[in-house]
Amino acid sequence: MTTTTDPQTDSFHLSQLLYDSRYRSMTIQVVALIGFVSLVAWLVSNTIVNLEALGKNFSFGFLGQRSGYDINQRLISYSSDSNHFTAAAVGLLNTLLVAFLGCILATVIGVTAGVLRLSRNWITAKIMTVYIESFRNIPVLLWILAFNAVMTEGFPSPRDFKGDNATASMLFNDSVAVTNRGIFAPLPIWENGYQIVVIVFLLSIAAIWAFGRYAKKRQELTGDILPVFWIKLAILVLPVLIAYFVLGRPIGLEYPELKGFGFKGGLNIRRSLIVLWLALSFYTGAFIAENVRAGILAISKGQSEAAHALGINPKNTMSLVVLPQALRVIIPPLISQYLNLTKNSSLAIAVGYMDVRSTLGGITLNQTGRELECMLLLMGIYLLISLAISGAMNVYNKSTQLAER
Amino acid sequence: MSNLSYVRTDMLPEQAPPAGQSGIALWLRTNLFSGWVNSVVTVVVLVLLYKVLADILPWFWNGIWVGDSLTECRAIRDERGLESAACFSVIRERWSQLLFGFYPKHLYWRAILALVLLFVAISPILFDRVPRKLFMFTAVYPFLLVFLIWGGSIWGPLMAMAGFGVGYLAYKVIATQNALLGLIAAFILPVIWWIFIAGPLAGAIHSVVPIGWEAVESKFISGFMISVIIGVSGIALSLPLGIVLALGRQSDMFIVRVMCIGFIEFVRGVPLITLLFVAQLLLNYFLPKGTNFDIIVRVMIMVTLFSAAYMAETIRGGLAALPRGQYEAGDSLGLNYWQAQQLIIMPQALKISIPSIVGIFIGLFKDTTLVAFISISDILAFTNLIRANTAWNGIYWELFIFVAFVFWICCFSMSRYSMYLERKLQTDHH
Repeated sequence: MTTTTDPQTDSFHLSQLLYDSRYRSMTIQVVALIGFVSLVAWLVSNTIVNLEALGKNFSFGFLGQRSGYDINQRLISYSSDSNHFTAAAVGLLNTLLVAFLGCILATVIGVTAGVLRLSRNWITAKIMTVYIESFRNIPVLLWILAFNAVMTEGFPSPRDFKGDNATASMLFNDSVAVTNRGIFAPLPIWENGYQIVVIVFLLSIAAIWAFGRYAKKRQELTGDILPVFWIKLAILVLPVLIAYFVLGRPIGLEYPELKGFGFKGGLNIRRSLIVLWLALSFYTGAFIAENVRAGILAISKGQSEAAHALGINPKNTMSLVVLPQALRVIIPPLISQYLNLTKNSSLAIAVGYMDVRSTLGGITLNQTGRELECMLLLMGIYLLISLAISGAMNVYNKSTQLAER
Repeated sequence: MSNLSYVRTDMLPEQAPPAGQSGIALWLRTNLFSGWVNSVVTVVVLVLLYKVLADILPWFWNGIWVGDSLTECRAIRDERGLESAACFSVIRERWSQLLFGFYPKHLYWRAILALVLLFVAISPILFDRVPRKLFMFTAVYPFLLVFLIWGGSIWGPLMAMAGFGVGYLAYKVIATQNALLGLIAAFILPVIWWIFIAGPLAGAIHSVVPIGWEAVESKFISGFMISVIIGVSGIALSLPLGIVLALGRQSDMFIVRVMCIGFIEFVRGVPLITLLFVAQLLLNYFLPKGTNFDIIVRVMIMVTLFSAAYMAETIRGGLAALPRGQYEAGDSLGLNYWQAQQLIIMPQALKISIPSIVGIFIGLFKDTTLVAFISISDILAFTNLIRANTAWNGIYWELFIFVAFVFWICCFSMSRYSMYLERKLQTDHH
């Protein structure tokens, strides 16, 4: 940025490297590069020396070895005979699962709380303020422990459901049991012909998308607004229901049953997953709520007044004028909240949820003694997840950004 | 001259507004019952609120502060005929452990003094009205903190402080000959001093003139104290580092920019807990054999690096929000890069990013609880340790409430201060 003109000299002095603005930035960069490279070289040579002294080598061969430990929640088939690589994959999927569920719930909570904090109803606004301020100012680890205590202390254990004088009972017509070990719910069983129902479902999602485009085009051409939400809901639900009953209910349910000391069968959602999911969602939701509130407040009052002046009703003012503009403000911080949630899911260790940090960076690391390799892999995985999330959201961000001239 | 006047000369007394148009009635109508939807919401919320509070408030108010174990607490509760009661006696008995951890009891005063002096040291930063001379004390405080908390010989901190004197002297002496050489010497000589000379010299002086007091090992520094120590040092160090990184990321120099981007994106991409594990498990690999430095210092470094990356991004946002004219104004006034940054760009960029900077500070302070995972007993780890005791087995909420309260006070006051600062620095008149 410096625009000083330097006197042209024929001879070159060494001091010019520092005092001549033509060369100075070069000098600084070269010095920085040399410093950086020598630092890295120093660290690497230390590592090599230390590894040799410990009699270890640097290899990822241990990933192919038998892991020898069990993982209680797995989305892909895994047993203690599987290798460490599969264990890491199971952990990674668990991380992604809780992060995905958490992002959805956190968004729902955050948007609700953010909008309600601006509510004209005094008491609702105050309750939301209390929620937001208490979650933002208390460590997430404490919230995870507190949610865990609620689950373990506040809900009946499976044996309370047993016997004639059971102290606890199942919900929803004996199908769902909420216990302190987790939630036991019916599991869908896929019978013959289920493929058609699934295909119909996918087709109706495609139809919703197509209808959305059509409705938007129609609105832009004629100004008419169709009842988009209800039509979309109908497209989503009706065909699937018809197909389901026409094909003779090809998807059944397997109910959890009391056997031995606990429930057997059905879908078991473990306590660790529920606790982590809820705690992360409520914690991140409080931050998202503040972003949403800031986004709505950032839209000047003139915008909604202009919409009213044009005769647009309040509902459409929100959905067509205020929200599209507010989203532009909300989305960038929302991305970083999603990233934070994903990274905070590594606190799973506090409740014993088997995420990638607990498998690869926990048991595998302890069993094989390969700290260096495990930590490098673990950091690489988290980096990739972060980059993927921010990449995907940036694409979306670009599409909603103001087209500047 | 008649004295008749057709215009009233004295005012009528003001009439009270009609009922329902003022005071509490008006407030209720506008804020709680402004329409039937609003009224229904209010009633539903009030009912729900009552249901929740009816459970919690008696538990809280009936809290029992006497007794030495949970069973004793329960006995007292039954004796008093209460349905539910909190057992706050655990806090009465263990509060010092939660706050100071394993720190020796007879030295608590040193930790408390360090905290009080901390407020003195940061007061000139926080408030304008405090005399500027206090900055001298702020500069000395870090060494005082080490001496108060860790104790031992006074010569160690003094020698460390002397390193800055060495740098200053070197610059003064050598810069008269050659400015460049002076600058380099001012950086290199203190480093040499700290690494090779300060330690042995402090030991030598101590053996001749032993001034000092009881030393406390790092493993005894625990409880909430460790959160404060790590939090404060992280906050103090991450801001300058973050500024440097942000400037580096905006720099025209390609290599510097790439290195800064790489560092920032790497640190922001991994969870803090993995960095802490690196500090615990891997640092022994990366450093020369036999180096073994304090785990608290390692954690401090990692926490600082972690929040510096976030700080850099925040400040970059502030820099981007400045109109280009500000940079050009600096150039047209003939200021060089550093002058422009110091006088024009940074004051405005930092002002814009105050809320997010304080947000990062709060996040850092909360994240200090993660040290529990690398076997440092912070306040949360102590809630587990206390529960492991048979007397307090099964006690959750009283401890959690205490911890939450302590953190909430610290974090909430930070966020309130940032609002005060924003208002104070506001220069636009809207």
